[in-house]
Parts: sequence; C-alpha cells; structure tokens
Amino acid sequence: VSEPADIHEQAGAYVLDALDDVERRAFEAHLDRCTICKEELESLRSAAVSLAYAGSAPAPPTRLRERILESARNERLAEVIPLRRRLAVPSALTLAAVAACAAIALGIWASSLSGRLDHERSARQADAQALAIMSTPGARRIPLLGAKGSLVVTPDRDAALVVAGLPKSPSGKTYEAWVVRAGQPRPAGVFQGGGPRAIFALTLPVPRGSRVAVSEEPAGGSTTVPSKLLFASQTTA
Amino acid sequence: MLRPGVKDADQEALSGERRETHSGRDLAHFSDEALLALVSRSDEQALAELYDRYGRAAYGLALRILRDSALAEDAVQEAFMTVWRSAGSFLAERAKASTWILTLVHRRAVDLVRREERRRGEPLETVEPAGGEATDEEADLRARRRVVQAALRQLPDDQREALELAYYGGFTQSELAERLGQPLGTIKSRMFTGLRRLRDLLADSGLDIAPEL
Repeated sequence: VSEPADIHEQAGAYVLDALDDVERRAFEAHLDRCTICKEELESLRSAAVSLAYAGSAPAPPTRLRERILESARNERLAEVIPLRRRLAVPSALTLAAVAACAAIALGIWASSLSGRLDHERSARQADAQALAIMSTPGARRIPLLGAKGSLVVTPDRDAALVVAGLPKSPSGKTYEAWVVRAGQPRPAGVFQGGGPRAIFALTLPVPRGSRVAVSEEPAGGSTTVPSKLLFASQTTA
Repeated sequence: MLRPGVKDADQEALSGERRETHSGRDLAHFSDEALLALVSRSDEQALAELYDRYGRAAYGLALRILRDSALAEDAVQEAFMTVWRSAGSFLAERAKASTWILTLVHRRAVDLVRREERRRGEPLETVEPAGGEATDEEADLRARRRVVQAALRQLPDDQREALELAYYGGFTQSELAERLGQPLGTIKSRMFTGLRRLRDLLADSGLDIAPEL
C-alpha cells in the first residue's frame, strides 16, 4: 500500500481530532507500523491537550458531579440484576406474590399485637446475631458498591451487612436485602437502617459467586423482585 | 482472652472497613494512577476525586467547543463514564491520566459539535471567572492558562490559527483547508509544525502542563 509522503504529518491533525473517520482509520493503520510516529505521538498529544488549559474554566454546574457518580453507580447496579429480570415478573408467580404479601400483612398485624417489647427484643437478637457473624473467625469482608461498608460472610456462609451512614428508611418504606445468584434475586430480610452504622444479619446464606443487593421497598418488603436498588456487594469468593 | 483477634476483627469491622472500602481515606494524596486503579475496582470515591481534579478543565474545554452548557455536561459525563468503564485497560498503557481524560472529553465534544452542526471556532471571549476567592484548583488552572497562552502567542499566526480552529472549533483538516483557502497539505503542515513548536515552548517554560502520574 502506498502512503502519501506527508503521512507522518498527519500525527498533528490526529491528536487534534481533526481527521474524519476514513482519514483516522488510515492514520491508525500507519501508526501501527511506524515507530517514528509512535515515538512522537505522546508528546504531540500532550501539546494538544495543553490547549485545553488555554481558555477560561468556568465551574461546572454542581449537579454534574452528582449526575456522573449516580450514573456510574447505576451502571454497576444494573450489572447485579439485569433490568429485564427486575421488570418482568412471570405471571405464574403473581398469585403466589399476592398470597405472600397477604401473609406478610398478617405477619405485621400479628407482630403489632405482640407489642413493642418483643420488637425490641428481636431487634436486639438480630443485632447480636450480626455481631456474632462479624466476630466469627475466618469471616471475610466484601466491599459494597454504592454505599460505605461491607458484607461480612462467615465460612458457613452466614452473612451480615454493615453499612455506614445509611439513613433510617423513610416512613412507609423499608430496606430489603437480596441474595443474587446468576442475576436471580432472593429476598433475605428487611431492615430499617439509621444510626451511624446499620448492621443487619441476612436471613439467607450467601453462596460463593453470589452478590448481596439492597433495595428500598414499601413497608413489609417485596417477595419477588427488588423495586429500587440502592447498593450491592461485590461478588463473593 | 479466649480468642485473641476476635475482638480486633470486631473492632475493625465496626470502625470503618478500612481495607476494603477505604472510608475516611484522604484521596487527595493519591496519585492519578492510584485513583485509576481504584476506579478499575469500581471505587466511586476515586472517580469523584478524579472528577474534582479534572472536571473543571474538562467542562471548560467542552463548553468552549460546544458553546452549550447542556451539551458540554453530556460530553464530560460520557468521558468520565468511559473512565469508569475502562480505567483498567487504560492503566496498562501507562500514559498520563489527565491527558487521557481530556482527550476523551475533546473527542466526545468534537463528535457532538460535528453532529450538531454548531459553528464554532470564533475567537472565544477570555472572561476571567467572576471574582471571589480563587480556590487552589482555580489558581492552578490560571497559572496553566497563562503559560499556554504565552506559548501560543509565540507561534506564527497561521500555525496558531490552524491549531485553534481545529482544537476548539472541531473542524476537520479538509474543512479548514476550505475555510482558510489553503491546500490541504499546507494545513497539515501548519498543525504538525505548530504542535511541535508548542510542545517545545511548553517544555522550555518548565510548567508541568500535563502532570506525570
């Protein structure tokens, strides 16, 4: 293939993004085999990028930072449970879901009867259980994406979530933990958060290769699929 | 103690998960490269720190090219999302992170400006950001701006014009040839020679324009 004599000079237009698609591909093909161009390219690129500093730099709107971080977080969460899975509830399950909701409603009613003391006692038991998990020798901590804290998993695969700065769930809402394996979520208990550090023992074991996600749900929680994912753990080893 | 170590592990778990999530870290002291390594492991705070370092320059560049704040925000967001997705593969190339980020922003902004048929490239008003106390970041950006502008002034007019129209205007070399009424080969040389000279002038100025990792 014959190349124009001035092909090396294209390096300038290339780092300035002043080539059209065809020219860019041609130059990149040349670049692959031209050590002269390759050697000079990075210094030319730095010179081109210095032009970015030549203009005044007004502060970006403050929302841009949050937009970027939120979109980064959502992209990671989308990998935890594919959207398709979150939206499509198989119709065969619908009846079962209704029945399960009714059962949960009954459960809430029953527990409200059983009184405040019981509630506090069971909350303390859950805390004790979570603390036991956290202090189990050989327990591993897996970082969370989208929240500060970690998932603690014992060698027996019992697990607790430790989340810093999680505000108490809004009234009428609750947090729900999910054990997600191969994109398939299974509910693993609801909790309220609040305090400097929320600690919650999951009601399901966490097998290797799965992740734990936390969503916000209407009070009582969901039995089928998480509605609004907030954060998730990395995949457990 | 029945089981030494248990209490420690417990304490550690309660006191911030330092090892895995680095909560309470002071990322300001991390190098760009260290931040990219964290970003490649999905560390959101590290991405935030990179944004705090380069977001302003990135937005200024995108705005200068696009002249529309909503489009400029899109260009910056897309560039940082590319950083989020590809930090790992970029690290392997061992180039400068700031150069990479601004190159991504530039490419995206130029794509958008060509698509939007926005034009483009008229000399830009060099308004100083409105008063108040300059942050360190602003002071740093101002120092860089002075050095780059001084170097640009030392270029022959035709070279500076070609660089500015290409870089800020998003014109292709063929569009520039037409616009300036010059043969394409002349435009190519002006850009190439101009960039080389700019590089050497900046090296002489001693200012670290694109800090090493």
